[in-house]
Amino acid sequence: MSRPTSLTLRLTLLFSAVATVVFLAFGWIIGRSIEAHFAAEDSKELKVTARAVEQSLATLKSHDSLARVEQRFDDLLVGHHSALLQIIDASGVEFYTSPGPNFSALLPTTESLALGEVQSWSNAHHNYRVLIQRMAENAPTGRGPYTVFIAVATDYHLHFLEQFRRTLWLMVICGIAVMGLMGWIAVRHGHKPLHQMVDQISRISSHELNTRLDPDSVPVELTELAMSFNELLQRMEEAFNRLSNFSADIAHELRTPITNLMTQTQVSLSQTRSAEVYREILYSNMEEYERMAQMISDMLFLAKADNGQQPPNIETINLNNEVHNLFEYYEVWAEEHRVTLALEGDAQVQGDRLMLRRALSNLLSNAIRHTPADSSVKVKISRTENEITITLQNPGTPISVEHLSKLFDRFYRPDPSRQRSGDGAGLGLAIVKSIVEAHGGKIVVSSDETYTQFQINLPVSQ
Amino acid sequence: MKLLIVEDEIKTGEYLKQGLSEAGFGVDLVHNGLDGHHQAMTEHYDLIILDVMLPDVDGWRILKSLRQAGKEVPVLFLTARDSVDDRVKGLELGADDYLVKPFVFAELLARVRTLLRRGSTPTTELILRVADLELDLARRRVSRSGQRINLTAKEFALLELLVRRQGEVLPRSLIASQVWDMNFDSDTNVIDVAIRRLRAKVDDNFDPKLIHTVRGMGYMIDTSDGASS
Repeated sequence: MSRPTSLTLRLTLLFSAVATVVFLAFGWIIGRSIEAHFAAEDSKELKVTARAVEQSLATLKSHDSLARVEQRFDDLLVGHHSALLQIIDASGVEFYTSPGPNFSALLPTTESLALGEVQSWSNAHHNYRVLIQRMAENAPTGRGPYTVFIAVATDYHLHFLEQFRRTLWLMVICGIAVMGLMGWIAVRHGHKPLHQMVDQISRISSHELNTRLDPDSVPVELTELAMSFNELLQRMEEAFNRLSNFSADIAHELRTPITNLMTQTQVSLSQTRSAEVYREILYSNMEEYERMAQMISDMLFLAKADNGQQPPNIETINLNNEVHNLFEYYEVWAEEHRVTLALEGDAQVQGDRLMLRRALSNLLSNAIRHTPADSSVKVKISRTENEITITLQNPGTPISVEHLSKLFDRFYRPDPSRQRSGDGAGLGLAIVKSIVEAHGGKIVVSSDETYTQFQINLPVSQ
Repeated sequence: MKLLIVEDEIKTGEYLKQGLSEAGFGVDLVHNGLDGHHQAMTEHYDLIILDVMLPDVDGWRILKSLRQAGKEVPVLFLTARDSVDDRVKGLELGADDYLVKPFVFAELLARVRTLLRRGSTPTTELILRVADLELDLARRRVSRSGQRINLTAKEFALLELLVRRQGEVLPRSLIASQVWDMNFDSDTNVIDVAIRRLRAKVDDNFDPKLIHTVRGMGYMIDTSDGASS
């Protein structure tokens, strides 16, 4: 895919195109209206003249001399500059022809033009607007009706219009150029906030992920961009913090067992001891190693889940069966704790069997561990139209709100004293959460005087 | 039984060799892919343990040439990268099993034994015996010294596993996966509790004790008195 055209160029071209269209439309409208104005003026004049001619014809006497008649019409034409007049009587004899340039030749024949309408007409040299009327049928001269040709030359108007159009074209071209230039400047100027934003963004380094763009300081159009960018920053910051905390936690979590191992090994090597003692030390080391190995594999699991590297291997899972199998597994251990296990409900879910089993197993072992003797852990499976809910409920000491919110955090142990009592590395619930989230679900925990309850909601369509 | 270990990590290699030798196998150890490739192609082995990440010729290539040459020797590969792709790749290339580092030695030993047993004819016997303990597989009955012992289904499965693999130390993870189909490590001592219960029924009122704890490794059924308990 080629790179899209620059915004500045695009907008400039757009501006120019719009200016062209607007100017052309204006020019056309103005030209048309001037032309129409001229036409109206001309036809008004022609009609006024025609009326005057008609009046004159009506008042002419048959005995009036030719000179007098001509004088009469010459006078009539005086007020109407450049008007031409020709009157032909019923018998086709020229009755009057106005003075001026070779007039009779210029005038049209009756056949080519209609009566009573103002029309354009041109010969080789000039352009005219012509009105032909038949009038004075009962003229006192007895030669009516007369055919009257009245014309005005429109050369002057046309010339003016042509001049006007030329100027207009020039203005249009200049206008387009100016608009284009101004558009370009405006666009450059309009992009300024964008450049400022880019500057601001480019200054953000990994140490300043807490920087946010101020959505109120940018134009409205960019608010959304600023906000999405802030959200991106937010997510990055969280991921970054989680990662660095995680690294710190790993270092810390590994330091403790390694310190133990080193101290123990050094102390035991400082003197000769019996084989039995050495064996004990190795066993003890072994346990420590196993814990570390377990922690590493848990951390890897979480790291992969975080990177979305663990595409769930989706199949249909019968939750009742799964929980039942887990009950079978934990049965004897629960009996040792004098805890009973109860299950009700059933639902099918689409998911990764191993992952879900692991999540449920972690929750179950956690619940059994924290349930006082002679009580029971209850698992309920239910489904609505679009959600499957699994709840795990066990009586026990209530967990305070501050602990509840952090329960799913990595390496979080509500009770620091239980730190290394085989309670795992504090990754169990974090793993549960990441598995549930990998399945598009949610997990919440609540705790009150009577029960602690974990609730998993899984979408049905998943 | 002769095994070949191809492992570039010197310490790991040495310990594997020692462990497997002490478990009664003849072991050849090479530290690079080129030697590994040569040995695997020219010598006869009953099983090859292959590290995937080798500096020169990697495990995949050795495995590939082996299979191309028509050698059906079982191959167990070791990998430090626990990615699904790696596993799939290995199994597609014809590896028989894999273990992700770090692993428990007992687990390796158990897997090696399973692979070596794979070729031999499976036991078709309907009754398994260890000392005076008798398992009737068809009727799911257990008796010791002729005395009937009542076991739950899972206890029976657990005992059957131990008896079938008598003399072998079975790590907890293997027991969890074989008996309960739980293929991940639990931070609970479920297996210990289950073994304790089984012991109460099978061993407590009898002598000699059959179920032995091998500390740091797992459990085994053995008739010899040499095993620690």
